[in-house]
Amino acid sequence: MTRITVTVDGVAHEEEVEPRLLLVHLLRDRLGKIGTPVGCDTSNCGACTIMMDGRSVKSCSVLAVQADGSELLTVEGLADGPTWHPMQRAFHEEHALQCGYCTPGMIMAALDLLKDDPDPSDEAIRHGLEGNLCRCTGYSNIVKAVRRGARAMSDQEVTT
Amino acid sequence: MIPASFDYVRASSVDEAVEVLADAGEEAKVLSGGQSLLPLLRLRLAYPSVLVDVGRLPELRGVRDEGGHVHIGATTTHDEIIRSPVVRAGCPLVALATATVADPAVRHRGTFGGSMAHADPAGDLPAVAVALDMEFVLRSTTGERVVTATDFFTDYLETALEPGEILTAVRVPKLGEGWGYHYEKFHRTAQAWAIVGVAAAVRVTVSESGARHVAEARVGLTNMGPTPLRATAVESAAVDAELPPVPHATANGSPSTARLPSANGSGPHDTLREAASLADGDTSPTADLHATPDYRRHLARVLTHRALTHAAATV
Repeated sequence: MTRITVTVDGVAHEEEVEPRLLLVHLLRDRLGKIGTPVGCDTSNCGACTIMMDGRSVKSCSVLAVQADGSELLTVEGLADGPTWHPMQRAFHEEHALQCGYCTPGMIMAALDLLKDDPDPSDEAIRHGLEGNLCRCTGYSNIVKAVRRGARAMSDQEVTT
Repeated sequence: MIPASFDYVRASSVDEAVEVLADAGEEAKVLSGGQSLLPLLRLRLAYPSVLVDVGRLPELRGVRDEGGHVHIGATTTHDEIIRSPVVRAGCPLVALATATVADPAVRHRGTFGGSMAHADPAGDLPAVAVALDMEFVLRSTTGERVVTATDFFTDYLETALEPGEILTAVRVPKLGEGWGYHYEKFHRTAQAWAIVGVAAAVRVTVSESGARHVAEARVGLTNMGPTPLRATAVESAAVDAELPPVPHATANGSPSTARLPSANGSGPHDTLREAASLADGDTSPTADLHATPDYRRHLARVLTHRALTHAAATV
């Protein structure tokens, strides 16, 4: 067992973990952060995308021990109390989800994209989300939502 | 799935890492970003007894201009490579190909050295390594040695790395002025592995009348055999090929050029097309779910023509 410390959505945690424990399982099974789902076993789908020290990672492809000392942000850390994050609201308003399974990863990948490109074109959004699969929507509404979310964030001067 | 159990050592120096590796022998695996290794562990295709984590060693990370070559530390991430002004200036083909690797989240964690050491024949960077004659710096408790790219990749998922040895850096020779670059990749979905990929570098001469010719070419092939291959027959045949005038100048070495649409060849393109038609000689492409060997051979010829054409157009 290895002792690690991580900060998740602003709360510090100290945990004893097996080296083989995946970060996504630490989040879900040990810390109760079930907003981050596990989608695939092949690093393809991006459903488990979170921010690790400010950049997107697929949390099924990181060991918990590799995250020792890191600052993690999951979809559960975005809302400000009862007020949704502008990107969450944009996904709702644009009907950018049907089953919703990919949504947490889509939102986190979208926020990562906006760090480099706060006002992305449709093409930049599609490339920025290339690691995130949706099997319901056909992506059009997701792209619209990211554009709307980006505008709302810029209006409110929100960066993540 | 959940990986099988293993011991975990976070190395505090390269010296410590190679000592642990020397003790553990073939049972050990080196971990950095883990973007190739963790899927293998999860699918239980690999059962190392100990993982040696070198992902936090500053001595293995970063890019430096060393005059004649660019030094890329093994644990430099793909994302850092794409953003590096030194890489973009000194070896733009590396930046172009790296921008096509996987997706942004994987590029934040995955490392340059990791994808070389993993040596997947469908990986994009090994073909660039053979095209540019990169040198691989390997270290063990007995010292350091340097091997060329063609000697580094020995077979399917196999490299010259011995048990107890670690890849510390890769040296990328600079080609100098007058070269254009392109990485052309054919894949099923945006972030999927290459079915076939072609890395091309072309040196272009422009005569007083404005005619453009190929002076020199380098071509590396992805996924046309168990190792990355150098298409030497194409390189020889492409010399002196006449090139069309450049319609619109593009930013030399900008990763965005990787997504240029394909050019329609005709007239003066023909020598280049004939050269590209040799691309599948001396290859041994495999059959899998996505392509037959014949289809891969076809792709190699078509993509090589596109890669050479686009590379030349960036000069």
